[in-house]
Amino acid sequence: MVNTLWFLVLAGMLTTYAVLDGFDLGVGVLHLLIARTPEDRATAIGAIGPVWNGNEVWLIAAGGSMVVAFPHLYAAAFSGFYLALMLVLWLLVLRGIGIEFRHQVDNLLWREAWDVTFSLSSVLLAVLFGAAVGNVLRGVPLDFEGNFQGSFVLLLNPFALLCGVLSVVTLAMHGASYLALKTTGALQTRARRATVVLWAGTLALLVLVAASSFVVQPQFTANFSRWPFLVLVPLLGLAAAGAIPFFARRERDGMTFVSTGALIVGVLGSAAAGLYPRLLPALPGSSSAALDIHNSASGHYSMKVALVMYLVGIAIVLGYLVKVYWVWRGKVTSEHGYRLP
Amino acid sequence: MNDALIADRWQFGFTIMFHYLFPVLTMGLGVLIATLKTLHLRRKDDRYGQLARFWARIFAITFAMGVVTGIPMEFQFGTNWARFSHFAGGVVGQTLFMEGVFAFFAESSFLGLFLLGEKRVPSLVHWFSAVMVAAGAILSGFFIVATDAWMQHPVGYEIVDGRAQLTSLWALLTNPYALSQYPHVISGSMVTASMVMAAVGAYYLLSRKYEEAGRDCLRVGVISGLVFSLASLFPTGAMNGENVTRYQPVKMAAMEGLFRTQEGAPMAIIGMPDTERRDLMDPILVPRMLSYLAYGDFRARVVGLDDYPRDQQPPVELVYYSYHIMLGLGTIFIAVMSLSAFLLWRGTLFRSRWMLWVLMLAMPFPYIANQAGWIVAEVGRQPWVVWGLQRTEDATSTNVTGGMTWFTLLGFMGLYALIGLLYLFVAARIVEAGPGDAVRNGS
Repeated sequence: MVNTLWFLVLAGMLTTYAVLDGFDLGVGVLHLLIARTPEDRATAIGAIGPVWNGNEVWLIAAGGSMVVAFPHLYAAAFSGFYLALMLVLWLLVLRGIGIEFRHQVDNLLWREAWDVTFSLSSVLLAVLFGAAVGNVLRGVPLDFEGNFQGSFVLLLNPFALLCGVLSVVTLAMHGASYLALKTTGALQTRARRATVVLWAGTLALLVLVAASSFVVQPQFTANFSRWPFLVLVPLLGLAAAGAIPFFARRERDGMTFVSTGALIVGVLGSAAAGLYPRLLPALPGSSSAALDIHNSASGHYSMKVALVMYLVGIAIVLGYLVKVYWVWRGKVTSEHGYRLP
Repeated sequence: MNDALIADRWQFGFTIMFHYLFPVLTMGLGVLIATLKTLHLRRKDDRYGQLARFWARIFAITFAMGVVTGIPMEFQFGTNWARFSHFAGGVVGQTLFMEGVFAFFAESSFLGLFLLGEKRVPSLVHWFSAVMVAAGAILSGFFIVATDAWMQHPVGYEIVDGRAQLTSLWALLTNPYALSQYPHVISGSMVTASMVMAAVGAYYLLSRKYEEAGRDCLRVGVISGLVFSLASLFPTGAMNGENVTRYQPVKMAAMEGLFRTQEGAPMAIIGMPDTERRDLMDPILVPRMLSYLAYGDFRARVVGLDDYPRDQQPPVELVYYSYHIMLGLGTIFIAVMSLSAFLLWRGTLFRSRWMLWVLMLAMPFPYIANQAGWIVAEVGRQPWVVWGLQRTEDATSTNVTGGMTWFTLLGFMGLYALIGLLYLFVAARIVEAGPGDAVRNGS
């Protein structure tokens, strides 16, 4: 029971991370494309400035929850994805430094260098995160101890790369709808247009990924036939996908943003629903079964205590996150946010 | 040692020492900024408000560096130390996880509010966000020290199927090792922040600009610096020493360069440990002092290194020299801060150019002292990764080769050199620009 709850908590935290850091990664993906003037770029960075750091904490906390609840999964996955994760780390370092240092020096060259760093690292991170989800869905070669030697090339298989592309396009759409919500004028117009264009791309890629996931991981649908109510999760994604152009055309930016977020929840939620109770499936032909919520779990007491801590902690966190996001509501202009005194 | 183990240790050592250059400043600076902000509200004097804003800018870039260099630390437990995570994840995960949920969210959410929200929120909410940023930083330090303390002195666990499982969260959080180490770490951080603040103040007075702000920085820095450099020695340092003697006597023997077990053991002020001849060369000793410090009895028996098998002794030289560097610098800090405080009380500090020079040039040394302290703690724990339970050589990932780790270590070195230089450059510019008038997040 507590193992299942932890599965839900972990899936929930990673999905929350994808939705929250997703929009600021998406803003990064679009940064060079739709924020064209220096004012636009200051506005775009200002729109995520106060919140990107807090969004990234969801990743750190998800990592922590993986250690405490499923240490075996953490050990196997992190050492197996070694080089890919190191790349993720370097990109996170560069991106974070880019956002914080960009506005510290009033010099065009300095800012342009950080703009490029910010945007490129956002694109690559989005690809790597998508590819990681793809590899988890597809399964990895596990040995009998649950370890795997995931060569970097192996991780860049066609299915994972397809998921990587889907991730970039989806997050870009999510970022565009966020920018449309937070900005005005020409930037807002471009962001609205980008939302719809990227929505079409996301839909096409989603169909491709869904179709090929049946091929690479045939077990994927078993849960949906065993527990039919799980179909509600992909249906939520489908409804969100339909709602995006509906709200975008009526320029209801808030609802569009909620819908792009709900689409991400639907997609990742479906992946989690298909995965349960597995955490890291084995590639067909591996010498071992999957790592699941039982064989990679830590002690019962540890999981129970951490769950209580989590519920207490997250209740407090949600309290002030709502307050903080409320303070930053409304439109951002290039005057907002970071500025030299 | 095999190649992969050496590579893993270098990588962890390098990344964590670089990382700790930043939280050591932010933990203390957060408290000083909250103090300035409190003075601002209590005395209704915007001088302090301005100073708080100025230091918040330094805090912000330092905090950003701490965050981006901290994420690799959490990842490395899994990437490079998979067998450690597998063995101990259920216990150390607990504190790492609590750090994320209880400290990081508070720190990062309220930092945005504090840095950019002064015009958007009531002044009491702005003050509250300064307090929350400081509390988050201090709390996050506690969870990290508690994690480390469990590796130094495991408590509240049982071994099931060859893996450590938590049996008591309370024991984990009230680990006596953590309770004595944590005040010492915080005290060291307060010394660092105070001396950085005093150094910037001294720089302003010496170069005759922003002199009013410079005097305020000196006042806060010197008073807080005196209090905490004393606290670093007593009680926090002394408590820590007793603790090490109680739980890790072999580490204490390495710190003191004590090879032979003896009653009425002396304390070495100076001397070079020679691991071939198993003796301390050219020492200056205070007779019987070590016995007194360790056990409160001048004749107590103190165990020497030679009573332990060779494969259970830490690298003696590194631990010995690091400990003596920390102790020596700590003594110098007390002297410098006492003298500065005396001059401040006499009202001549701001005119004593030589003292200002000393305060300005002293800035790097608290960093060195803090790093040395951690070397004593962590290298002194070797060859164990979890004291008495798991040896470091049994903690590495089996599926990551030394070559991969050397390669990524070079990557980290290049990246960290780059961002380290950028940090210094940006910090210098902020100091040059001085405390301005503008409230950030303009309208």
